[in-house]
Amino acid sequence: MNIDQELLQKIAHLARLEMPESAEKEMKESLESVLNWMSELDEIDTSNVKPLTHMSLEINALREDKVIPNISREQGLKNAPKQDGEYFRVPKVME
Amino acid sequence: MAFYYLCILKFEILPSVNQEIRDKYEVVIGLEVHAQLQTESKIFAADAASFGASPNTHISPITLGHPGTLPKLNKKAVEFAMRMGIACNSQITENQYFDRKNYFYPDLPKGYQITQDKTPICMGGGVHVKLSTGEKTVRFHHIHLEEDAGKSLHTDGSSDSLLDYNRAGTPLIEMVTEPEIKSAEEAATFMTEVRKLVRYLGICDGNMEEGSLRCDVNISVMPVGSKVFGTKVEIKNMNSMRFIQKAIEYEIVRQIDAVENNEKIIQETRSFDPATGRTSGMREKESMNDYRYFPEPDLVPLVISEEWLSSVKEQMPALPWELFEKFTKEYGLPAYDANVLTDSREVAEYFEATCQFTKNYKAVSNWIMGTVKSYLNDHNLEIGQLSVTPEQLAQLIQLVDDGKVSNSTASQQIFPEMIADNAKTPLQIAEAKNLIQQSNTDTLQTLVDEVLANNSAKVKEYKNGKKGLLSMFMGEIMKKSKGSADPKVTTALLQKTLENL
Repeated sequence: MNIDQELLQKIAHLARLEMPESAEKEMKESLESVLNWMSELDEIDTSNVKPLTHMSLEINALREDKVIPNISREQGLKNAPKQDGEYFRVPKVME
Repeated sequence: MAFYYLCILKFEILPSVNQEIRDKYEVVIGLEVHAQLQTESKIFAADAASFGASPNTHISPITLGHPGTLPKLNKKAVEFAMRMGIACNSQITENQYFDRKNYFYPDLPKGYQITQDKTPICMGGGVHVKLSTGEKTVRFHHIHLEEDAGKSLHTDGSSDSLLDYNRAGTPLIEMVTEPEIKSAEEAATFMTEVRKLVRYLGICDGNMEEGSLRCDVNISVMPVGSKVFGTKVEIKNMNSMRFIQKAIEYEIVRQIDAVENNEKIIQETRSFDPATGRTSGMREKESMNDYRYFPEPDLVPLVISEEWLSSVKEQMPALPWELFEKFTKEYGLPAYDANVLTDSREVAEYFEATCQFTKNYKAVSNWIMGTVKSYLNDHNLEIGQLSVTPEQLAQLIQLVDDGKVSNSTASQQIFPEMIADNAKTPLQIAEAKNLIQQSNTDTLQTLVDEVLANNSAKVKEYKNGKKGLLSMFMGEIMKKSKGSADPKVTTALLQKTLENL
């Protein structure tokens, strides 16, 4: 599969990564080699195989609906880059 | 005055198209309704899911999306979603799993929302609505389970947005209708039915103001008879019945106007401004959303067995239309009464509870729709807050049925007293306030005879044809009895006595 610059930048943007032009060539080749390797799987006919979504056979891991107090606000806010004792603060997301 | 003037001005600015042009177009609306499930804890974590706590007090490392944490599914959230599906005649999906919907936004700490993309818990089904133009079923495409996001606050003059994660991870069902709603009225009626239903099912408080029930509106217009839908526009986060209607009305006119003028309708998300009654385009992120859904590896699949499904079915509360049937058939109520009484589950339950103590079902209905409702409205109360018990209301109805007090005395004098003093029975109140009607004919006959004897001149006039004097005699008797004479019995006695004179 071919990765063009536009697709490369789109993928980088979706992952919120900065992709300088100097890194583009190497990243493009690397991604293509991964995709080419994976495309070997296309040789297998899977039209009659159900998708495998989970590796384990376990099902229905459920909790009862009970409140168990966890961490305090103070603990929750502790590692935030910016907070005011009540709220997490982030750069403004809307005008 | 100034305000009134402003309103007119705004109204005039809103675009309009004449009926003839409007009739050339068909409106296509689909709704995505989000209902917050009334569970104690969140969908994937044990933090409290309740509304209104101080910011960031219902949090845990799972809610905050810390690395190394694992979600665990709340069984009750699953069962609540099943209840909705069962009530709507949906197909409950046997084999399900959750998916990750990936996007970056600060109210979503993990960078993805856990939702159901490929295997929604309910498929199909629908909600029956009664419209001015007839009845129909608004069908669901599907209903799926997902988690809510946190809340962002954007304050003026600050360079920051504030994040409160109490709501993050609260369980939601999203109900997606087929695109077959045809008008603002239909959309609002449908939403009203959904709200009634989730409340009956006890799965959501239906509080639109607090956002526990809200919807996104997808709307497009096309020439009548066309098979190709027009370009659709999405109006996000509507949390009022009135706004939903107004936004749809505005959008219909805007879109028809655009098509008529050969303008292109842009597929976009718009927001509704209640102050102006208009919708406007929201600035979109530079590229189209690409959510890259994939199966959530942190949660094992969910399998609904036949046994589980039947146990949830067995726990289903009575539904509004089932109660309507029962109220009209078993209790013999007119359809109008049954409609009013089944509007809320609490009122319906109060009616049925009262009917345990009296057989006069129509009187119970009249009392609840009349005196009780107006008392509740005047005091802004719900029926659950009424201090008069169903048994006491039945006693009061019995008092009227026994002819001990008139209906108006019961509702105007005894009922308020029962609310004021819950410890006394209606009979005790009636006795204490001297409200028991004299229906003892011997006592009443004495009063009638006395009054007629004292007014022999008037009796003569009556006999000569001045029949209007009857009410004067009645008044006198009432006065003598201090208002306690049963009017019906007294009138009969009086007429009979006068005839025989």
